[in-house]
Amino acid sequence: MASGQGAPGGDQGVRIGRNQRRRIVDRTMGVLSVLATVVALIPLASILIYVSAKGLSAISWDFFTKLPKPVGEPGGGMANAIVGTMILVGLASAMGIPIGILAGIYLAEFGRGRLAWTVRFICDVMTGIPSIIVGIAVYGTIVVAMKRYSAIAGGVALAIIMLPLVTRTTEEMLKLVPNSLREASLALGAPQWRTVVSVVLRSAAGGIITGVMLAVARIAGETAPLLFTALSSRYWHTGLDQRIASLPVYIYTYATTPYEDLHRLAWGAALVLLALVLVTSMAARVAGRRASGGNRG
Amino acid sequence: MEKKSYKAWLEGDIAFRGFAYLAALSLVGVVLAILWVLVEGAQLTFTKFGPGFALGSRWDPVHGVFGALPLVYGTVVSSLIALAIALPLSLGIAIYLTQLAPHWLRGPVSFLVELLAAIPSVVYGLWGVFVLVPWVRSSVEPVLGSALGFLPLFKGAPYGFGMLAAGIILAIMITPTISAVSREVLLVVPRSQQEAMLALGATRWETIRMVVLPYGRSGILGAAILGLGRALGETMAVTMVIGNRPQIFPSLFELAQTIASIIANEFSEAFNDLHLSALVAAGLILFVITLLLNIMARLLVWRVARVPQGVTRE
Repeated sequence: MASGQGAPGGDQGVRIGRNQRRRIVDRTMGVLSVLATVVALIPLASILIYVSAKGLSAISWDFFTKLPKPVGEPGGGMANAIVGTMILVGLASAMGIPIGILAGIYLAEFGRGRLAWTVRFICDVMTGIPSIIVGIAVYGTIVVAMKRYSAIAGGVALAIIMLPLVTRTTEEMLKLVPNSLREASLALGAPQWRTVVSVVLRSAAGGIITGVMLAVARIAGETAPLLFTALSSRYWHTGLDQRIASLPVYIYTYATTPYEDLHRLAWGAALVLLALVLVTSMAARVAGRRASGGNRG
Repeated sequence: MEKKSYKAWLEGDIAFRGFAYLAALSLVGVVLAILWVLVEGAQLTFTKFGPGFALGSRWDPVHGVFGALPLVYGTVVSSLIALAIALPLSLGIAIYLTQLAPHWLRGPVSFLVELLAAIPSVVYGLWGVFVLVPWVRSSVEPVLGSALGFLPLFKGAPYGFGMLAAGIILAIMITPTISAVSREVLLVVPRSQQEAMLALGATRWETIRMVVLPYGRSGILGAAILGLGRALGETMAVTMVIGNRPQIFPSLFELAQTIASIIANEFSEAFNDLHLSALVAAGLILFVITLLLNIMARLLVWRVARVPQGVTRE
């Protein structure tokens, strides 16, 4: 490759100049793409640093064991919101996971033709529905019917959000299971449901669990649909038909007040929530990698 | 005896099949139910204001006048700002991860970018209020204002809160989506085509520009639309930084409002049926827009990322 400045003018000079320009453009675009990656990671670093630095200073024993105090009184914690988030996620999982896995089984094992195509399509489209719309729909049905905000309504809203995620990962994972396994099981005389449950599902379990955990991590941080389904509460949770506190809603309400104290608690809540979400999704990835590695080996 | 067990065998299968079928149908049912609730709830508004609801520019709950134009404007403009920032960034990331990065770095970097998608929206909002907004107020807006202040887009006092902050935070939130989908699309570009181009003496960038990007064009477009759909419906982070003022201003430094943010703000405090119905009607508009965008994006991405994969598998 020619390098350096050639003779000015003339055929040779022009060609060298052009090659040089091409190389410079090549390098520049390479640098720009690295830069884009770095720029995208700056907010990640900033969020992690701020949340851990500011959050740690708010976290104490009281944070995990005490109820929130009225504005102006020092101390107080978010024990009810931590428990509330767990209850909401548990409720949503109890509804969303079984239905999602069954629907995934339908798509992978029985689904042929137009209905399967429709369900698959709706599933993909559903993941793009804004979560606040789900909140409105649950408000319009369950909250209006029960005439009150409740943990159940919140759980249903979150379940609807996790449903398509669970369905699609289940389908994808089941499709990876080789057909020979199914045939072997059927040839031994096992009915189809037995084949699916104890052979196919079992060998895809790792991947499905990964998908489920990612869905759980996703809904644990959802706020918008809870604003008018579960709402919030300053007290311990007393029943599934009552409103219930959750970390995301607390972060939102505390961050938008003008009080320093509450801001501090919001950072603390954000740290707990982020830890919950990130640990779950990282664990899911590790589990997934191990499962898929095992399957291949 | 044998007949009986065969019957049980069959019944088990039929029941199992039935359950799976019902579960799949429930997904369709949920989407239809959502649509029905929205249409039902929006009826009062549409009978009162007609289609003019979407074009009215005054949102005034106190006087019972509801026009959704400022919300639609805020939603669309904030999302377009986000797309304008996120698309080049995401393409850069996708190109870096598929073409340039050393192999050992690809996994960790894409993991970090995906981590951005795992952070809850409300945490973005919190960070936005206390970190991003002050930065926008003290650095971004003064600089933009003095350099481009002759444009109406960049005029006005730097509040920090407002359309620009919302656009930036949305850009951060949709970057993982766009970059992940474009990465998948770029991964299926046939190796042989790139090698042919390189063998002809093209530089890496020329190969990317003339082979890789054109091959993935419709998939990248799909990724961008998918990201746009996410941005349109994003609620909490936007609600916390956009300022919540349902009016149309030409300047990006001004406070604004989106459909999602006004619902988050006013829904639980709506003081009469009409107000509530107007919010549901706005939600219906958002639902329809995001649904259409999603359908479009899926079709585009499917065409690119699925067909070649199927071909290589066979």
